[in-house]
Amino acid sequence: MNAIEVDHVSRIYQKYSARHRFQTFKSALVKGDLFRALRPDELVTALEDVSLNVEKGQTFGVIGENGSGKSTLLKVIAGIAKPTKGRVRTEGKVSALIELGAGFHPEISGRENIYINGIMLGLSKKEINAKFDEIVAFAELEDFIDAPVKTYSSGMYMRLGFAIAINVNPDILLIDEVLAVGDASFVPKCLDRIDDFRRREKTILFVSHDLNTVAKICDDVAWLKGGRVQAVGEPKRIVDAYLQDVAEKQEKDFEKRRQEPAGIQEEDKGRRENRWGKREIEISRVSLKSLAGKEKSVFSPDEGMVIEMDIAAPSRQQDFVFGIGIFNSQGISCYGTNTHLEDYEPVSIEGEGKVVCRIERLCLINGTYYLDVAAHKKDGYPYDYHRNLYSFMVSSSLRDEGIARLPHGWEFSENIKIAPPKKA
Amino acid sequence: MARFFHNLNELYKFRVLIQNLVVRELKARYRGTVLGFLWSFFNPLLLMIVYTVVFGFIIRPRDPAFNQSPLLYALFLFCGILPWVWFSSSSLESANVLITHGNLIKKILFPAEILPVVTVTSNFVHFSFGLPILLLFILIFGKGFTAYVFLLPLVILVQYVFTLGFSLLIASLTVHFRDIKDILSNWLTFWFFATPIVYPMSFETIQGSSLLRTFLNLNPMTHIMQGYQNCLFFGSMLRWKRLGVTFIVALILFFIGAMVFDRLRDSFPEEV
Repeated sequence: MNAIEVDHVSRIYQKYSARHRFQTFKSALVKGDLFRALRPDELVTALEDVSLNVEKGQTFGVIGENGSGKSTLLKVIAGIAKPTKGRVRTEGKVSALIELGAGFHPEISGRENIYINGIMLGLSKKEINAKFDEIVAFAELEDFIDAPVKTYSSGMYMRLGFAIAINVNPDILLIDEVLAVGDASFVPKCLDRIDDFRRREKTILFVSHDLNTVAKICDDVAWLKGGRVQAVGEPKRIVDAYLQDVAEKQEKDFEKRRQEPAGIQEEDKGRRENRWGKREIEISRVSLKSLAGKEKSVFSPDEGMVIEMDIAAPSRQQDFVFGIGIFNSQGISCYGTNTHLEDYEPVSIEGEGKVVCRIERLCLINGTYYLDVAAHKKDGYPYDYHRNLYSFMVSSSLRDEGIARLPHGWEFSENIKIAPPKKA
Repeated sequence: MARFFHNLNELYKFRVLIQNLVVRELKARYRGTVLGFLWSFFNPLLLMIVYTVVFGFIIRPRDPAFNQSPLLYALFLFCGILPWVWFSSSSLESANVLITHGNLIKKILFPAEILPVVTVTSNFVHFSFGLPILLLFILIFGKGFTAYVFLLPLVILVQYVFTLGFSLLIASLTVHFRDIKDILSNWLTFWFFATPIVYPMSFETIQGSSLLRTFLNLNPMTHIMQGYQNCLFFGSMLRWKRLGVTFIVALILFFIGAMVFDRLRDSFPEEV
């Protein structure tokens, strides 16, 4: 049985326009266009002919770039926004975690806000009474529950919002990126709760940019692109396809920037946010390949990776260093090195060439990683620095944690009875 | 029409939320003030003192109804100002309510009508806090009560429906036309003086001009205010026909307000 049915839904928004914004009551009366039909050039299509079916008990992920319509889809399913065309049907109580603590009033206490927010989300007073202590304990706010919410830190605010929303006990839970703001100890707690939901066969619609979590917890994933459903299906396949698409797009952007007329480039040089340097030595192209030489963006931890940089040095340089840096999605440096640190001594470079960094085995945990590549002087003066311009994903069925997957094995003495993992 | 009743039913389903939001509104408004809820009483009282000084002592009350007594005049004023403050603060706050609570409309699914309903209702609670004080004053300084005081709830009902209709209309239109806020405060000042609050309907200039009389009679607030003055100050019978017609007007306004609100509802999350 389907818990959520989205049937050919389109959602059209009006574009922000200064003229409309400052339209006055008088002018509307004069023109008689109080309910006027909107002209097509003022419209933005956020969703276009989207059809999805989510089965009951399924955890369904929605991924896509910013502005691809994910949040709009969630709002349409929650009923907050009406579809312009099409129909949405949901089975059971829907609770939407779109923004935590959206209904809080800063002047009154946490206790009173729990009641009001709870009622807004569809709980009865009795239900709140029964769950009150649990909510407070989950939010870790025992000592502050009678203080006005305006005195809360943003972390406390968020915890309280989540604690209420998760206790609404809906049949369908819609989650929009709300976990992105939690601290390291709270997010696992929230994920625990979501797991609990899954075990109880509730339906979850999960919108996130954290592809790792999506791939881990979802049964099915839909990929939205420009308001349309690009693909639906098995999480890993969809996530891979999405990453491939993102990589291609970045590739294209990069290509476009490279082909920009010299004049503009001159002016822009050194100012672009993610790329700087005067390009006395230019990194004109970067590609990520498997050890066998095939371009790809999703790797397994046991796999190797080849970073290939096309280099162009219009004039002769004698002081140069090539470097790479790998960062995870939290911006933590996982690994960084350069030719100078490894005691390569530059002699000279001129014309076009190729630099290849060959990593025999990635040994990273699952996740999305960003790559810095750079050509610079020994003292750090940048020729061409690409900051986080490339990304790749490490994906596998392994569930270990940390930053790196250290090569390891387990050994047990004979008196410990432990079954080895079943090989898939 | 069916939609209208469907929406009313939705509102009824959310009555616990309305009740809680009203309590929250009342608690939050006076949080941190020394006098707290007493402000519900002091605000109209201070306003009354200003009008008593100006119209009672400086421009002496000429109407025979007041016996040349500034105190009686002050009581008469209070009968009108207290409900007027309910009406005017409700409509002024409603003009802002959807915009200031924009995050609710955008992020949580609940009928947006609740917001103006809560505004009108919490202002009604302020009004009812002031009411016992007014009754007490009339008992001590005034002519005392007649049995007609028990008709007061009827007048309050008419005003409640009228205020709610007006507030729904204002709230929904202001989302699209922000200038209403500024027009409204000026319009309310005009409306205040176009309603027999600082002067009685029996005032000689009014009775002397049929044009003025017709004008005032076309104003629904005239009959509502007269209802209060009749029940409380004059101790006389309500004017059934006029109040009845006003009630019908109030119901029509409420219907129009609710329909416009419903028509514009879907645009709120985008516009606020």
